[in-house]
Amino acid sequence: MTGLREGEVLRVEDLHVRFYTYAGVVYAVSGVSFYVMESETIALVGETGCGKTVTTRAIARLVEPPGRIERGVALFRRRNGKVVDLLKIGDEELRQIRGDEIAYVFQDPTSALDPLYTIGFHIHETVKAHNSKTNKKDILKRAIKLLKEVAIPSPEARIKNYPHELSGGMRQRSVIAISLSNNPRLLIADEPTTNLDVTIQVQILELLKELQKAYKMSLILITHNMGIVAEMADRVYVMYAGKVVEEGLVEQVFYNPQHPYTKLLLRAVPNPLKKIEKLEYIPGTVPLLTNPPHGCRFHPRCPFVMDICRKEEPQLVGVEKGHGVACWLVTKK
Amino acid sequence: MAYAFSKSKIGVVGGIIVLINIIVAAIGPFIAWEPYWEYKIVANPALQYAPPCLPPSCSGGPLFGTDEWGRDIIAMSLYGFRISLIISVIVVLLGASIGIVVGLVSGYKGGVVDEVIMRLTDIFLAFPSLVLAIAFAAVLPQRIRGFLEVNSFARAFFAALFGLRENEYAQIAALISIWFAMVLVWWPGYTRVIRGSVLSTREMPFIEAAKLSGLSTWKIMFRHVLPNVLSPVIVMITFDLATATLFAATLSFLGLGPQEPVPELGFLISKAGYFFPERSWHVVIYYGVVLLLIALGWNLLGDALRDVLDPRTRRALEFRGE
Repeated sequence: MTGLREGEVLRVEDLHVRFYTYAGVVYAVSGVSFYVMESETIALVGETGCGKTVTTRAIARLVEPPGRIERGVALFRRRNGKVVDLLKIGDEELRQIRGDEIAYVFQDPTSALDPLYTIGFHIHETVKAHNSKTNKKDILKRAIKLLKEVAIPSPEARIKNYPHELSGGMRQRSVIAISLSNNPRLLIADEPTTNLDVTIQVQILELLKELQKAYKMSLILITHNMGIVAEMADRVYVMYAGKVVEEGLVEQVFYNPQHPYTKLLLRAVPNPLKKIEKLEYIPGTVPLLTNPPHGCRFHPRCPFVMDICRKEEPQLVGVEKGHGVACWLVTKK
Repeated sequence: MAYAFSKSKIGVVGGIIVLINIIVAAIGPFIAWEPYWEYKIVANPALQYAPPCLPPSCSGGPLFGTDEWGRDIIAMSLYGFRISLIISVIVVLLGASIGIVVGLVSGYKGGVVDEVIMRLTDIFLAFPSLVLAIAFAAVLPQRIRGFLEVNSFARAFFAALFGLRENEYAQIAALISIWFAMVLVWWPGYTRVIRGSVLSTREMPFIEAAKLSGLSTWKIMFRHVLPNVLSPVIVMITFDLATATLFAATLSFLGLGPQEPVPELGFLISKAGYFFPERSWHVVIYYGVVLLLIALGWNLLGDALRDVLDPRTRRALEFRGE
């Protein structure tokens, strides 16, 4: 596949990432494909260790030895309309894209800020890295505006604060503000709320939603929380053991889940309105990716396992428009 | 930052000692009341190793006594301050900057670069530093002397720097070779320390965040990695200023530094050693205390700087003062 379709910002095709560890080769991501449209939110969902984070790190080319991006393309439409493959471009072009057109919000706001610099300096630096001619006053104004947008009270005072002087929620807001400093076209949020308490989580998510609309940017949300997906995303990719097992609009996946894994995952979400005797869970654990199971990677845990599941790997097939599933149950019908 | 520093008692004491050290080093050679090249015993042999003359029991004589040439040891130490400070500061700053840059590149780049640099520092560290410095200090002076002989500008410059006379260029050459010798053995220590901290700092999420905000490698290295590994190094630098002062004194104590009549503290102690303790005890004790105070001042300052340079402990210091 060459080139992007109309309105697409990012298209990842057949991405393979492996880690060559002493314990053996870890097949962390094996053939993941997805796309992001302009001003759209997609969610990558799955259990811990299913390759969500590695996928996005590969897009940002942050996979370091012993990890290696084995195969794949990640086409990205730049602001000037040029389409580039993020996995092949030179370091300087990559540097220009990082922080300017693709921004990243980390899981842990505590350590994503350099403890020696103020919030204002972080914004200043990010702006300067891409527009070296901008003068100090404009950046200061921009910093205050950004902090105001992420709902930090008295931003004029806060830009002079060091990270350790802020609370967790404030830090995550600051990180978001920093990532927005150059109006990115694509924001990757890697479990942005995992380390925050529930009330702050809601605020941060609301904030991301508003900002996404205001800035008309695309958002890739990584999470294991189905509630967040339902709240935030337009489309969802369910990942299992380094593969996409189901993809589709949020409505399609939530109301009409096809893959047994998705079904089980949705059942495992506790319903606060129902009095429950026991929390639902998926028996078994995520397989070790040094030696993924033959055939369908979910078959050891699947309640509907058939003979073919153990031998051959199912391919992602469409069940309706935009809704794809990789499962023999669907393919057989 | 200055406020927090003023709240640290040891910092203030160390700062004052260092300040006095620097002031004395700056003006010492100008206010010294006896020129170091005049041997007073020629006129008055009784002046050799005159004992301290402390009021009220005694008056009129040199306060802390005289050395073997009948020179007032306080006046001689005024020259000695300048020589010690210049040698230690330049050695440590040169050694530290070389060591820091090399260690930073080594730690951040990793791979083959790291391997080559680290094996090189291993080679330097494997030698006992004093022996290596002795080897350099023994070989270098002739060359530097030849250079100073023909280059009158360099001669005047270094003479002014050390507070010595220009026609002492042979001794100045010996001092400069101590520099070179010490810098050569000084940088590997910094490289090791910096590399170690860089290895852990470069894995921090904020370094990744800096990469992802599109900063260039050099900016990340010097703006985010370096300042985060610098506070142990700043402490190390101030401690090393003390060590370097003593190391330089050691080299000249062993006879590898300048010779007569240059009043280098280590050399002066070494000479007094021949008559120790009967006649020259006051000389050894006085110069020893001078070296001790210089070293103590830097050490106390280093301790306080470590607290002040870290924003977290700095705030604690300020808060204590409020």
